[in-house]
Amino acid sequence: MDWLTPLEIEALGLSLRVAVVGVLCSLPFGLAAAWLLARRDFPGKSLVDGIIHLPLVVPPVVVGYLLLVALGRRGPIGGWLYDSFGVTIAFTWKGAAIAAAVMAFPLMVRAMRLSLESVDRRLEAAARTLGAGRARVFATITLPLMAPGILAGVVLAFARALGEFGATITFVSNIPGETRTLPIALYALTQTPDGEAAAARLAVISVMLALAAIIASEWIARRMARRLEGGT
Amino acid sequence: MIQVDVRRKMGDFTLQAAFNSPPGGITALFGRSGAGKTALINLLAGLDRPDEGRIVVDGVVLFDSDAGIDLPPEQRRLGYVFQEGRLFPHMSVRRNLAYGMKGKDGAADFDRIVALLDIGALLDRTPRALSGGEKQRVAIGRALLASPRLVLMDEPLAALDMGLKAEILPYIERLRDELAIPIVYVSHAMEEIVRLADTLVIMSDGKVAAVGPVDELMSRLDLRPLTGRYEAGAVLTVTVEGHDLNRAVTSLSFAGMTMLVPHADIPVGEELRIRVRARDVSLALTAPTDISILNIFPGRVMEISDRKDGQMDVIVDVGAKIWARVTRLAVTRLALVPGMEIHALVKAVAIDRQSFGRRIKPR
Repeated sequence: MDWLTPLEIEALGLSLRVAVVGVLCSLPFGLAAAWLLARRDFPGKSLVDGIIHLPLVVPPVVVGYLLLVALGRRGPIGGWLYDSFGVTIAFTWKGAAIAAAVMAFPLMVRAMRLSLESVDRRLEAAARTLGAGRARVFATITLPLMAPGILAGVVLAFARALGEFGATITFVSNIPGETRTLPIALYALTQTPDGEAAAARLAVISVMLALAAIIASEWIARRMARRLEGGT
Repeated sequence: MIQVDVRRKMGDFTLQAAFNSPPGGITALFGRSGAGKTALINLLAGLDRPDEGRIVVDGVVLFDSDAGIDLPPEQRRLGYVFQEGRLFPHMSVRRNLAYGMKGKDGAADFDRIVALLDIGALLDRTPRALSGGEKQRVAIGRALLASPRLVLMDEPLAALDMGLKAEILPYIERLRDELAIPIVYVSHAMEEIVRLADTLVIMSDGKVAAVGPVDELMSRLDLRPLTGRYEAGAVLTVTVEGHDLNRAVTSLSFAGMTMLVPHADIPVGEELRIRVRARDVSLALTAPTDISILNIFPGRVMEISDRKDGQMDVIVDVGAKIWARVTRLAVTRLALVPGMEIHALVKAVAIDRQSFGRRIKPR
């Protein structure tokens, strides 16, 4: 990859790693949250709904700050993690992944919840009369039928995670090779004299990455739809 | 053997149903829409839960509020054929059929059921590519392959047009006769019930209004308002006595009487159910001679009832009960009163193909 500079390769690789890890790790929680919101009634449901949606409406800097307070080495969770396991979250790429996951979470949950609500519960009832327990019904009926929604949620979350800036820079700062993702590198370059050309290159890379993700997801969505609707 | 005694309140509607039905054969749940038929079989299947009561199928307690028993649907082993099929859209027909199969010994069953329902050519298609009738056949096969103790069918033909209904009915008859699997069949179409069912449960307003053999309930005038929309008539169980091919008639025997009908290709000795429409039956005080009507049954007037439209229903006991629909003028002219002797006249050609119902294999 001669046509990318070492800095670009580093930022691109880091961005992809942060976004992929962040999205994959939050996927099970996203599913669980979507299921709770779509299928369960419990006291405090609207509060839970509100908290999940908070990152959409609160300034990202606030989210980053809260993460730093909770997960920093002296924070209640971060301190415990460090004392018990020697794990540091703040100012590492793991922290960047967490920041990206938290910011992308509401988008993921919304898409999954919508698709779960559109799954025909009568099909699930039919599966149970055929001898399938709840877990098998979920794995063989519910999950495949909501697959397009899961995909949509993952794609949205991935795009949001790639673009994450405010919470990331507040929580994990701008450390080359550790937390300097594409948007952060781009921002840093615009603050540097003579950085315009390099910044423009990063902008083009960002756009191409986003385009590639959209095209790939469209392609998968078409294949899924064909399978669900029963073509070949 | 099904024993049901359940209560379930749903808003303003209360379902309070109790009935026992004998083992084997088809038990029909009949009633107008809103009578609680579907609600009742959802309780049987475990898809909804009674407020209190008891459900026992073949000696297995599925629900008992006093004993705290409530088997989940997947443990009840009741096949359910839904009105709309409910095939899984993301699976091929083959995978739909195999969904409820257990173990390896299912393979022989699979081939047998696929053959029985003529769905071998559809196996690799997806549900979307099936016609309404094909979907219902696959849905029936899927329910059967889960090896149920009992199959519940919720108006499986209601969504189909007349031609498709006629296409599916023989398959349901085959299940009953060849697999000997007990079926609870929900319907508001009396012609399907007369053709298929052994036991009839009439529901009205969330309650069981009557339970009994189909022919017995069909000849009860007091149930007329409930069996209503169906063209009234008696249902008789008859045995094929013989055929006279030269004169193109078949003779059927019932209650010591012989009835002649147009030739029908049914083996001698076979038992079947026929329907004699009330408006095809005439009454005469003396046995007429020099008349084209072939069936003249002496009997006694049992019951006369006024209908809203001024016509009268007369039930005549000729060994079995025959139902005649006549005008009030005719009743007055003949001075009909319960207990008097009478002759019931039935034209042979009034018994057409649509009048033949449930066939019962000779034992």
